Amino acid sequence: MLGLIAKKVGMTQVFDETGILIPVTVIRFEKNVVIGQRTQEKNGYNAVVLGSFEKKKSRVSKPYAGQFTENITPKSVLKELRDFPIECKVGDILGVEVFESIRFVDVTATSKGKGFQGVVKRYHFGGGRATHGSKFHREPGSTGQCTYPSHTFKNVKMPGRMGRETTTIQNLRIVQVDKDNGMMLVCGAVPGVRDSVLLVRKAVKKAK
Amino acid sequence: MDFIRTVEASQKKADLPDFKAGDTVRVYFKIVEGKTERIQLYEGLVICMKNSSVRRTFTVRKNSYGVGVERVFPLSSPRIQKIEIVRPGRVRRAKLYYIRGKIGKAAKIKELIKRKGIIVPSTGSEETTAAT
Repeated sequence: MLGLIAKKVGMTQVFDETGILIPVTVIRFEKNVVIGQRTQEKNGYNAVVLGSFEKKKSRVSKPYAGQFTENITPKSVLKELRDFPIECKVGDILGVEVFESIRFVDVTATSKGKGFQGVVKRYHFGGGRATHGSKFHREPGSTGQCTYPSHTFKNVKMPGRMGRETTTIQNLRIVQVDKDNGMMLVCGAVPGVRDSVLLVRKAVKKAK
Repeated sequence: MDFIRTVEASQKKADLPDFKAGDTVRVYFKIVEGKTERIQLYEGLVICMKNSSVRRTFTVRKNSYGVGVERVFPLSSPRIQKIEIVRPGRVRRAKLYYIRGKIGKAAKIKELIKRKGIIVPSTGSEETTAAT
């Protein structure tokens, strides 16, 4: 699977060639360095380990530094990508140009945390009537009833912590690939706050 | 390096006309119908200008056969071929939403007459346009 580590910059808008306004997210790619390789003979599967973003020297422990060969400085984000389609060896540098012939990508990141939320926001429950003596506004409703089943089933949707989970948005159209600045524009929003780490991969549900 | 600014700078139009709320303008808007292209004229009163930089938009209101029609144009849209100022207006506020409730003579805006000898501050950039 073709993919790279990136960072979210933020959102803006661009006009396409027909003059239609498109909302875009700007994604910035720093140098993605091949840290290691997993092979069928040794590990039972094929993959490459990519690393990006420099790690402060004082934050690197000896075991962490041991993953990197001598000529590679320690990186803060490491990702393993199975069946990488590009031939590469340890120390190779990959950039945004690998996405040049691709039209759609999937973006994986940690979504924004929303805190403790009720069922209306968290699970899109309908809620009740606001006025005319209604005593049912944003409640979850009954969960366990009385005689039967007389207990609350597992996985009943209730209020709780929302957001800050790994989310993938599929089939985001690439609007522009800018090799000089190492940046990419995709149509639509991607999960996470600004400056959050993203994993940008070729779309699995699109042929090209 | 501000990447968003880099993207927005590439979208910016070089020669934007200098107009503000209260002016009557004629917008030459390109319309694409399948493969053919034509220019549509839309003339009316600018009642507001919103946002900044490439996201800046302006609303043009006109009276079409007794029905008030408002249309919002992105200022940097490549489909706007040209904007002509037909009649500069003398107004004292930036948003002329009150005009929606007026009809006839009450909905009229006085013309801005620039007297000789008074130096009108040059409003080259759009930021100063919003201030005037």
